[in-house]
Amino acid sequence: MQVFTCPFCGPRDETEFHFAAEAGKKRPIPAEAVTDDEWADYLYMNSAPRGAAREVWLHVTCGEFFLMMRNTVTREVAEITPLRGRTG
Amino acid sequence: MTGWRHDSLGRQIDRSAPLPFTFDGKPLSGFSGDTPASALLASGIRVLGRSFKYHRPRGLWGMGGEEPNAIFDVTENGHTTPNVRATTLLLREGMELRSVNTAPDAARDRMGVLDLFNRFLPGGFYYKTFMAFGWMRWEPMIRRMAGLGRLDPGHCPPADIPPVNGRCDLLVIGAGPAGLAAARAAARNGREVWLIDEAAEPGGSLRWRGGDIDGGNWREFARDTIEAVTAAGGRLLTSTTLWGAFDHGLFAAWERRDGRPDRHWRIRACETVLAAGAIERPLWFANNDLPGIMSAEAALHYLSLHGAIAGRRILLATGNDGSYPIADALAQAGCAVILADARTDPPTAPEGVEHLPAARLTGANGRNSVSGALIGDRAIEADTILVSGGYTPSVHLHCQAGGKLDWNTASDSLVPRPGSSVLRVAGAANGGFGLARALAEGHAAGGGAGPAPRVAVGDWQLTPMRPDPTLRGRQWIDPQNDVTLKDVRLAAQEGYRSVEHLKRYTTLGMATDQGRSANFAGLAAMAALTGRTIPETGTTTYRPPFSPLPLSVIGGPRRGALFNPPKRLPLEAAHKEEGATFREYGGWLRPAAYGHGDETELVQQEALAARKTVGLYDASPLGKIEVIGPGAAELLDYCNYLRISTLRPGRARYGFVLSETGIVHDDGVVLRLAEDRFIVSASSSHAASVRMIMEEARQDIFDPAKSFIHDVTAGFVTLTVTGPKSRDLLRAAELPEILCDDGSLPHMSVIETRWNGHGLRVARVSFTGDRSYELTVPARHASALRDTLETARQKVSGHWIGMEAVMILRAEKGFILVGKDTDGLTMPHDLGWGGPRVKRKDEYLGRRSLFTPEARRKDRRQLVGLETTDGKTLPTGAHLVPVDGKRRSLGFVTSSCFSPVLGRPIALALVEGGRERIGTELGLFHLGETGRVRICGSCAFDPEWERLHA
Amino acid sequence: MKRYSAFSLVTEGLRGHRGWRPAWRKADPQPGYDAVIVGGGGHGLATAYYLARNHGIRRVAVLEKGWIGGGNTGRNTTAVRSNYFYPESVALYDLALRLYEGLSRELNYNVMLSQRGMLIAAHTPAQMEICTRIANAMQLNGVDGELIGAEKALKLAPLLNRTADARYNCMGGVWQPRGGVARHDAVAWGYARAASDMGVDIIENCTVTGLLIEGGKIAGVDTDRGAIRTDRVGLAAAGATPGLAAMAGIRLPIHTYALQAFVSEPVKPILDTVLLYLGTGTYVSQSDKGELVFGGGLDRVPTHGQNGNLPAQETVISGLLEMFPAFAQLRLLRQWAGVVDVVPDSSPVIGPAGPEGLFLNCGWGTGGFKAIPAGGWLLAHLLATGSHHEISRPFDLDRFARGRLIDEAAGSGIAH
Repeated sequence: MQVFTCPFCGPRDETEFHFAAEAGKKRPIPAEAVTDDEWADYLYMNSAPRGAAREVWLHVTCGEFFLMMRNTVTREVAEITPLRGRTG
Repeated sequence: MTGWRHDSLGRQIDRSAPLPFTFDGKPLSGFSGDTPASALLASGIRVLGRSFKYHRPRGLWGMGGEEPNAIFDVTENGHTTPNVRATTLLLREGMELRSVNTAPDAARDRMGVLDLFNRFLPGGFYYKTFMAFGWMRWEPMIRRMAGLGRLDPGHCPPADIPPVNGRCDLLVIGAGPAGLAAARAAARNGREVWLIDEAAEPGGSLRWRGGDIDGGNWREFARDTIEAVTAAGGRLLTSTTLWGAFDHGLFAAWERRDGRPDRHWRIRACETVLAAGAIERPLWFANNDLPGIMSAEAALHYLSLHGAIAGRRILLATGNDGSYPIADALAQAGCAVILADARTDPPTAPEGVEHLPAARLTGANGRNSVSGALIGDRAIEADTILVSGGYTPSVHLHCQAGGKLDWNTASDSLVPRPGSSVLRVAGAANGGFGLARALAEGHAAGGGAGPAPRVAVGDWQLTPMRPDPTLRGRQWIDPQNDVTLKDVRLAAQEGYRSVEHLKRYTTLGMATDQGRSANFAGLAAMAALTGRTIPETGTTTYRPPFSPLPLSVIGGPRRGALFNPPKRLPLEAAHKEEGATFREYGGWLRPAAYGHGDETELVQQEALAARKTVGLYDASPLGKIEVIGPGAAELLDYCNYLRISTLRPGRARYGFVLSETGIVHDDGVVLRLAEDRFIVSASSSHAASVRMIMEEARQDIFDPAKSFIHDVTAGFVTLTVTGPKSRDLLRAAELPEILCDDGSLPHMSVIETRWNGHGLRVARVSFTGDRSYELTVPARHASALRDTLETARQKVSGHWIGMEAVMILRAEKGFILVGKDTDGLTMPHDLGWGGPRVKRKDEYLGRRSLFTPEARRKDRRQLVGLETTDGKTLPTGAHLVPVDGKRRSLGFVTSSCFSPVLGRPIALALVEGGRERIGTELGLFHLGETGRVRICGSCAFDPEWERLHA
Repeated sequence: MKRYSAFSLVTEGLRGHRGWRPAWRKADPQPGYDAVIVGGGGHGLATAYYLARNHGIRRVAVLEKGWIGGGNTGRNTTAVRSNYFYPESVALYDLALRLYEGLSRELNYNVMLSQRGMLIAAHTPAQMEICTRIANAMQLNGVDGELIGAEKALKLAPLLNRTADARYNCMGGVWQPRGGVARHDAVAWGYARAASDMGVDIIENCTVTGLLIEGGKIAGVDTDRGAIRTDRVGLAAAGATPGLAAMAGIRLPIHTYALQAFVSEPVKPILDTVLLYLGTGTYVSQSDKGELVFGGGLDRVPTHGQNGNLPAQETVISGLLEMFPAFAQLRLLRQWAGVVDVVPDSSPVIGPAGPEGLFLNCGWGTGGFKAIPAGGWLLAHLLATGSHHEISRPFDLDRFARGRLIDEAAGSGIAH
């Protein structure tokens, strides 16, 4: 059972969280100017890094989205910061 | 009959309380405080089971979870539990023990004949044969021969084991000498220590080895420690197995309690000390699997605690100092003991013990039991052979926590690499054998100040003991799974040389003892056979559980009504009074139909009544997500397929929430209550995810200070009145007159008013195609609203209708249920809602996905209606196929029912290029049968939409 | 290759089994190959075998960073089946099942295919409708799918929970008689032995550290045991594929998760079928040895670590006991996890990617074992011909840009 620290609620069990996306994606707009490949890249493509990862997470119980830097092998959490309107 | 009971030793048993029990039907007797293992040992019965493959006789080996042989089906109070280790439970009166996988019993097992064919059944033989006629020809026979105990089909243990969370400053795993020293040192420093041990009392190996610590008996030391722990706010958990180390410092432990349900602990600690001790290794020589060959440590255990002794003429073969006190104790208890030590310069032997230095045990004689031993060519008369091949540190939890191991020559074992896991390891688990080492390491691990507890004995010395491939005869490496040294050699010869390949090919270490006694030998043998060192050969991965534990412990109470509990309506009791049958819809328990009798008929009557007069149903599960703030309209424009900002306050609009992939995630009505206040309705099963989709947009794309989203579904109750007489019902209920004025409350509008001293929200939206009113009040006022409407219902001869009738009413109109009438490919234009896709020029969720090559295809699966040609109701899930030509699926029936108001069956379907096919016929395929249907529009009833205003 | 048979077992038994040779040669990397396959699991080994057998390409290396079959091939619950919804999926998985049906004889290695049948059990009218949809889809695609009722389901699994307080009562479901289980390790070893016999080099303990790309074409791979030249590389490395693809600058639609599997202590036969319970999401079968082998959903947190976590264990095991209350007598013997490569539509990615000569076989997620023969067959076809087999075409990476996902969970309501 991993423990993540919601910026709003504090440390909680992993069961309360949901992985949202890899961080750093920027939604391409407007739709008319976006190619099929660019859109598929935004929607689906990931790096799934082994080791250091930067991800957007959701604390399901309170609805807070936040950035989490963690290691995908050791599962150590390096840093958590609020999202709060940031894109990236 | 060699085992016997000493007349004074055995501090754990109560000789005044004899306990009768049976083994394989034979009546026996033990004492209170015995385990089945100790009682059987004292009884002299040696053959307690049979090996898995060759059905060789098997006797007691160990004293705990490492026991590979003495495994029974245990019957008590009419219930049987399979595969119970005789070493790990206390004997109770009337216990019936049955050896596993034997017929008729362990002593006379008929399958023992298999051993004669052992040369044709080497490790992995089944990969080389049973291919003729297919494996299925052979498998039933092999399955019947495999398996250990028998499951008792009538025995369903209750789901009564609670998970309990615990938190402490220092967790000490193992209450042997090292653990006690660590706990005492830390507790004296004022730390809150939790001390955990598998046994019913603290002490670990001290319990049978005894000893004086700091000049007093070990029990005083243990008592002092527990007092110090308790005084500092800590606790001792006995009969508790710490079975798993998980991420982020979580430990799971199983506590066994007499007469009460067990408990499942989930413990987080600031620091952890692992002092789990070590397990004695066997020795490898010809016929080393015979009953009567036991772990020396276990023999001392049974002698000290139970006064049970395996034999009278004992050969103890060893290569380490740890066996000397055992030889001494056995000699003092009256046994004739020969101590054979592999070392050329062993320590002095205890008094009364015959000592053989530089003596390696090479074989055992006997058929069903030991009758003698061989040391080189010399025959030794013995009825019992005790062995000690050294000790293997219990590093499981260190490794589970990600720790690494290093080879340590002094202890001849793999020991934890310091700092490689969050656990600090002390004592025998760290390769620190002997009481002095254990106490010193424990004391240091607990942060002890000053000198460690003192003892008079020195460190243990040992010489490495290994399987010897040059010896004649069969040497067992894994006694339960019948893996011999020859099997390891065959694996090496055939290239299965990685430890994992060895394990999987030969099944070495895969038995219920989890390889506790087998893995080291297998590893050492493979290393020797392939000319590698043990560290080069590797080690298998340690994973939870530390030892097998009942599934019911992990499963916990989450069963029956507590498994995925459905949500309940505040008015459930009132609906029940009305005769409702409840069923689960989208995670909610809701009335399916009202009244008694044939449900199909009841549903038809309800649906018809709602069309003729008025129907009343509980729509509370409908998701209600409130969005407020100056940025709310902009946010909803983005989150909805339809523009919401153009909606006037007091009006409602139907729309879709798409996922970013353009797929219809949910549909529902948005109510604009004020310029800056909206209620987004969502399907009951999608409310949570719709809220999260909007939250993500709010926080990621918009200024989160300008809007606020909250799910108020649970706070309100909604009752829906639908049908041509719905307005009459409202009038009869004497609700505010403004509600009945179509000018004030036209279709697709909403009013917030006050009634009965609290707020009442009424929306004119319809899921049935008839005039409908959704009345919403705070949940605490639900009964008042319900009672008022119930009284009015009787006045206008209305009906309560269940969800089944509602499903008919909405299907008659072609109203979809997302997830039933749509699938994971359905886009809004597939449902006939192509307008916004073409017209909207602003960005919204999922927009770009509506224009991929696939999304532009003309032959997408589209929602249509179906008419039957034979008057029969279509099966939902039937597929549409071409009338002629190659048969393939063109789509499928998503909803189907008999419409009472139309007097004919109706159906909805997703069909390839469906709208273009309207008016044509298609084939229908269902479970091999074919029929015909005509494609029509999805709205079967009142296509002119006149009844909304009627 | 020394043939395996009852006869050879007896003759070898009489002479102390001295005659058995290594099942596969311990090969060292050569400077160049006609094709290199990265990943010595079932898919990689099957690819090598079919390259040699179907296409006559035998100068092939399979590079495995650990020991063969040690990834998800050796970490699953061994079920094989083709009870899918979309025609594309059925074609793929039924190719695999048909190849499995002849595999033991073809490889001369008993993979213990036990076609004891697989039941997807439903508990609500809505789930029965979905099961109807699937059974019809299977029949239309020529696969043995049957819709069965509660009575037959309870006959197939008599210990199913039918107590009054059962959360989910079984109403029936989709039954595929040809579904079943196979011995996972044997599949890897059998393919390895047969491929090695035809000249394929199976190189264990060899980690790929880079992809050599020259002029937009694959030129070879760098490994910790030296560079290897080749103009065709197939990646069949499950959870390690994103890292390998990144060496060629490719991002994939993959997230990696831990999927756990569990084994109980062995008991005499109590369950003769493979069962997936829709209500609990737990699936279970009984191994030939008598152990219950079971699993359920993914762990929540994306990871590359091969260890499972407690919440998923509690969910899966409580689900199993809710299905079979009598199983609460049993003990958990082992538990493990594999790193699975999960794609948004839970269908595999098979096809070319990035530089010319690079081909993918990944994204099998939780269902790769059952597809091993097909995955190998199709990747071999791609490596040999440079173009798609008709069965693999829909699974190309381009489906994400085209918008044609093959989403079984969405289409059938059942997550595989």
